[in-house]
Amino acid sequence: MSDTSCDVVIVGAGIVGSACACECAHEGLRVAVIDQDAAPGGATSAAMGHIVVMDDSEAQFALTRYSQVLWYKLRSELPADAEYDQCGTIWVASDEEEMTEARRKAANYGRGGVPAQLLTTADLERLEPKLRKGMAGGLLVPQDSVLYPPAAARFLLERAREKGARLHLGRPVEKMGRGRVQLADGSEFSAAVIVNAAGTWAPALTVGVNVTKRKGHLLITDRHPGFLRHELVELGYLKSVASFTSDSVAFNIQPRKTGQLLIGSSRQFGADTKEVDHAVLRAMLARAQQYMPELGRTSAIRVWTGFRAATPDKLPLIGPSVEDSTIYLATGHEGLGITTSLATAKLMVDQLTGRNPEIPAAPYLPSRTVSLENAHA
Amino acid sequence: MTSAAKTEVDTLVVGGGPAGMWAALSAAECGMRVAVADDNPEMGGQVWRAELAKTAPEVAGLIQKLREAGVQLLAGTQVVDQVAPGVLLAEGDGGASYLGFGKLILATGAREQFLPFPGWTLPRVIGAGGLQALVKSGLPVRGKRLVLAGTGPLLLAVAAYLRAHGAEIAMICEQASRSALASFGAALLRQPEKLLQALSLRKALTGIPLALNCWVVAAHGTVAVEGIDIWHEGKVKRIACEYLACGFHLVPNTELATLLGCRLVNGYVEVDEFQRTSRPGIFCAGEPTGIGGLELSVVEGKVAGLAAAGREKAARKFFRRRRMLGAFARAMDRTFALRPELKNLVEAETIVCRCEDVSYAQLEREVSWRMAKLMTRCGMGPCQGRICGPVTKFLLGWSPDSVRPPLFPVTVGTLAHSFSGCNVDDNQER
Repeated sequence: MSDTSCDVVIVGAGIVGSACACECAHEGLRVAVIDQDAAPGGATSAAMGHIVVMDDSEAQFALTRYSQVLWYKLRSELPADAEYDQCGTIWVASDEEEMTEARRKAANYGRGGVPAQLLTTADLERLEPKLRKGMAGGLLVPQDSVLYPPAAARFLLERAREKGARLHLGRPVEKMGRGRVQLADGSEFSAAVIVNAAGTWAPALTVGVNVTKRKGHLLITDRHPGFLRHELVELGYLKSVASFTSDSVAFNIQPRKTGQLLIGSSRQFGADTKEVDHAVLRAMLARAQQYMPELGRTSAIRVWTGFRAATPDKLPLIGPSVEDSTIYLATGHEGLGITTSLATAKLMVDQLTGRNPEIPAAPYLPSRTVSLENAHA
Repeated sequence: MTSAAKTEVDTLVVGGGPAGMWAALSAAECGMRVAVADDNPEMGGQVWRAELAKTAPEVAGLIQKLREAGVQLLAGTQVVDQVAPGVLLAEGDGGASYLGFGKLILATGAREQFLPFPGWTLPRVIGAGGLQALVKSGLPVRGKRLVLAGTGPLLLAVAAYLRAHGAEIAMICEQASRSALASFGAALLRQPEKLLQALSLRKALTGIPLALNCWVVAAHGTVAVEGIDIWHEGKVKRIACEYLACGFHLVPNTELATLLGCRLVNGYVEVDEFQRTSRPGIFCAGEPTGIGGLELSVVEGKVAGLAAAGREKAARKFFRRRRMLGAFARAMDRTFALRPELKNLVEAETIVCRCEDVSYAQLEREVSWRMAKLMTRCGMGPCQGRICGPVTKFLLGWSPDSVRPPLFPVTVGTLAHSFSGCNVDDNQER
């Protein structure tokens, strides 16, 4: 095989591109992976690494559940540094209104075959004693898990390489389309299919990709073993992130295997610089302290920001681009790229090979973005 | 949410060592409102560290002058972040505070350079400056047998200090060669005051074996160091000791400068003749601009303080002396440059990042500091890469990437503090 001609060129070696590379190579396709960075540079290196089933929409539920199960099946093969830990998610309901949402969610998860258990005030206090007392309750989703995204992405990329994929890292793409990918260093690749898995950079490489940057902040603490047992997410989260345009913070905290705590979250549009936004950070931490007052005394080691690739309908773009049939998109995963990377790769390969997908692929096809835009026009 | 205390000054100095204190005094004497923030419980920095809570004599007079000049001395105040232009966030015993300034002088000093070798993580294998600091705060060393190994005049100064406190110095191992030291000796002759210091040190160290071309290759022990292997004159020798104090020269503390966007050149903060950094209104003095020692730090501090107060003509008077001291500092850098053999001491299983237990073998697989951080968590622990960053720079040639806040571990509560004039747009507040 020549270095520059292959079946699939995947642009982007974050977790989505890596998963796609792995799946394509497994299928026997000749794969090349190109990334501007030598290390996972985008959302993968900044992400929390929460494998979570979400049900903002039926399509989101189907994709996250499909992928959660794929991660579960993969767990025994993951290296130790991927730190896969099935700690479960607790959706925390601070009041009766949120408890109603927990009950709705429980019923919905139950219908979809996802184990989920409603928690009373007493259950919650027993399971997470550091939470402020007097919460209404919550919902435990025991099959949700956490992992360390850069190590998981590298594992997938290494596996792709073992299956024959060629990696071209640290090489920026100049332009691509019509079966050709031209690099900034002048070299060129040709392929039947080009997968644009470049996350927030995707729109710069393919016209008509409706993906915008949604900035987030995260903080990691020193080791506080036993402080926290599950990933906790406030149910008010749904109210705050539903809006496509306004900035928001929400309580979201994750126990790392090391005993460290990962505290989030924030969502901002139109913020392009990676510098920490101190007003947002303060609001985010104040929010976290409302839920867990003792967090104020934990020791913060590092704060960083990252950019999620967001779409207007909060569903990723998986499938052929509208403009150029040689370009397939695998981007727009917003805050769920780590969770849905494996399912994205499956859906991608099913489309390339003409196989029937395990879940309907239509809700994620890029063509639906156009109709969505038309609807707004 | 509570609001933190706020200090507002014309000139804020970060670091209360020689450079910082002289910068503060110089600016205050020009009529500026000045504050000095230092993370230690007392002013003085590493070189003038207080002994058993007793202010060092060199520093007492200076502190008196600073008080008379109306300088606010904010001891025990650790700067952790810049939260808005002209506003730093700090944490101290009293909790969070905000430091607002017109001009900023960075006098953040230096820390010890460590080098890993088998056994370097054993208890009582310690930095030479660190051991001196511990003795100053009460650790008894009387009758203890210890070895100093590494490079540079700090080793000799610490040895003299420890001997004066009753320690038995078994040996001083200096990695620099005899020829390098000979040319340094010539440079000393051109600097009478340095020569005097050297001679007085020599007297204090009479009878202690000083081996040149000599370095530690391993430390041994079960619960703590019991002995070390040194490489000397072509062979390995075992020496028994209860402490091994290592000093492989100094690393400038440039983290705050980097966070503020000041340009660095070859690892040092770039300054012009008035100690101005590349960022408007931000000056830098002392070790972060180049490891130069006490006298050079004092002069740079004076220039920075005067320049920050707009007294450029007065600052010029110190240029000649600064140039002379600077030449000496460069000679010192050449003399005590670490020899490449020291890169080979580390073994595959030797721990390089002590916070996160990352071995050399794990790091060798990575291509860059950034990749190592992402994949092995090297440099991601509480020391935030202050120890392993310079180590990997020496061993693997990596350069550290950007600095992320907070500059030091700080409570989540402090980072959540608001300060007046800042809107906290928590739209979830209910």
